[in-house]
Amino acid sequence: MNFLSEYTYYIGAFSLIIIGLYIILVKKNLMKVIIGFSIFDTGIYLFLITVGYLREGTAPVFSKSGLDAGKMVDPVPQALVLTAIVIGVAVLALAVILAIKIYAHYGTINLRKIKEQRW
Amino acid sequence: MEIIAGILVLLMIASAIAAALFKDLMNAVIASCIVSLIAAVLFYLLQAPDVAMAEAAIGAALVTGIFVIAVKRTKRFEE
Amino acid sequence: MRKLISIILLGIVATGLFMSISQIPFGEPGERMGDHFIREGVKETGATNIVTAVVVSYRGFDTLGEVTVLFTAAMGLGAVIGLVRRKKTHPVIEPASLIVYTGCRFLFPVILLVGTYIVIHGHLTPGGGFQGGAVVASAFLLMYLGCRGKRIRENLSRGLESLGGLLFILLGVTGLLIGGDFLFNFLPLGEAGTLISAGIIPLIYLAVGLKVGSELAGIIDHLIENTDELSE
Repeated sequence: MNFLSEYTYYIGAFSLIIIGLYIILVKKNLMKVIIGFSIFDTGIYLFLITVGYLREGTAPVFSKSGLDAGKMVDPVPQALVLTAIVIGVAVLALAVILAIKIYAHYGTINLRKIKEQRW
Repeated sequence: MEIIAGILVLLMIASAIAAALFKDLMNAVIASCIVSLIAAVLFYLLQAPDVAMAEAAIGAALVTGIFVIAVKRTKRFEE
Repeated sequence: MRKLISIILLGIVATGLFMSISQIPFGEPGERMGDHFIREGVKETGATNIVTAVVVSYRGFDTLGEVTVLFTAAMGLGAVIGLVRRKKTHPVIEPASLIVYTGCRFLFPVILLVGTYIVIHGHLTPGGGFQGGAVVASAFLLMYLGCRGKRIRENLSRGLESLGGLLFILLGVTGLLIGGDFLFNFLPLGEAGTLISAGIIPLIYLAVGLKVGSELAGIIDHLIENTDELSE
């Protein structure tokens, strides 16, 4: 029980990564696979932020005087995740446009059916 | 605070499983939008307001918009 | 068969991930990468938001690379769409209802204002170029959904995007000429906590905000307007 309350965020991140990986590996619909990528991404962001957390810490912003620098959460993972999120959306848009083009070309986005077809 | 986080994580996992199971892709997109939205709240609870802001604007608004457009341009139902 | 292999693989990954996660303590203080940034960040960069200091100042060169990745993705998207010759037909667009239309018209400037505020105050409060740019782009998404038929001029969004990238590189090269380092902070740091402080950090975040906002708005424009013929 103690383990569960301590590791709530880790469990969330772990589940998201596993569910995203399951969708990517098992599903045959291309749009579903891209949704899986998005969930997988979210899991990794949550994991990185959780690693940088400090119990009863404050956000790394000196918005008022008297904040203790020793009780602040780690800013480095936050900076990494911040840029990763914005790049993620651009790469996702590229994947989506490729899926739309595949649908226009083959008339289906089912990966198994695409494999059976000739050019 | 821990109880709230626990409930949110459970909701998030349930939405992710729903996104995997739905045959209607539009429903799956909305479920993945809920995952992003709850992740934004969790980032706020983990003292990362910068990341929460980015995730709320991008994960819940832009990515959902892009997915909805894509589902509209392709097939709606998974076969 | 394929499913079985996938699930076995998934099990292996899950076990490995679980074993490594259970070794990481949650929220324990210890040796951290960001300790120096937290203790000396305000003194060294003048920005009160340490995340901004890390993104723009300590890891500024890295951010330039990430902005380049964003640019490459947007360019690839344009290239993939551009392979189709567009027919110059204008499909009849069904207008949104009056309530949706008026609501979008009302919300659009408010969201733009919030986005600009987030960009400008990036070095003082949570926020900055990446978040503000995303908020601005979501305002344009709202406009596309609510008021169909209105478009951004493509040249304008391309121009703003190039301007943002150019500003970033020019600031970096100026720092190289003056201080000997790329992205050297050549402006006075000023008093931490005021709007005009922290040297070139607000300027760089403004450039990043311009670039991210116009880039994402351009991606949405491409997706909505140029894929109509593909789905016929």
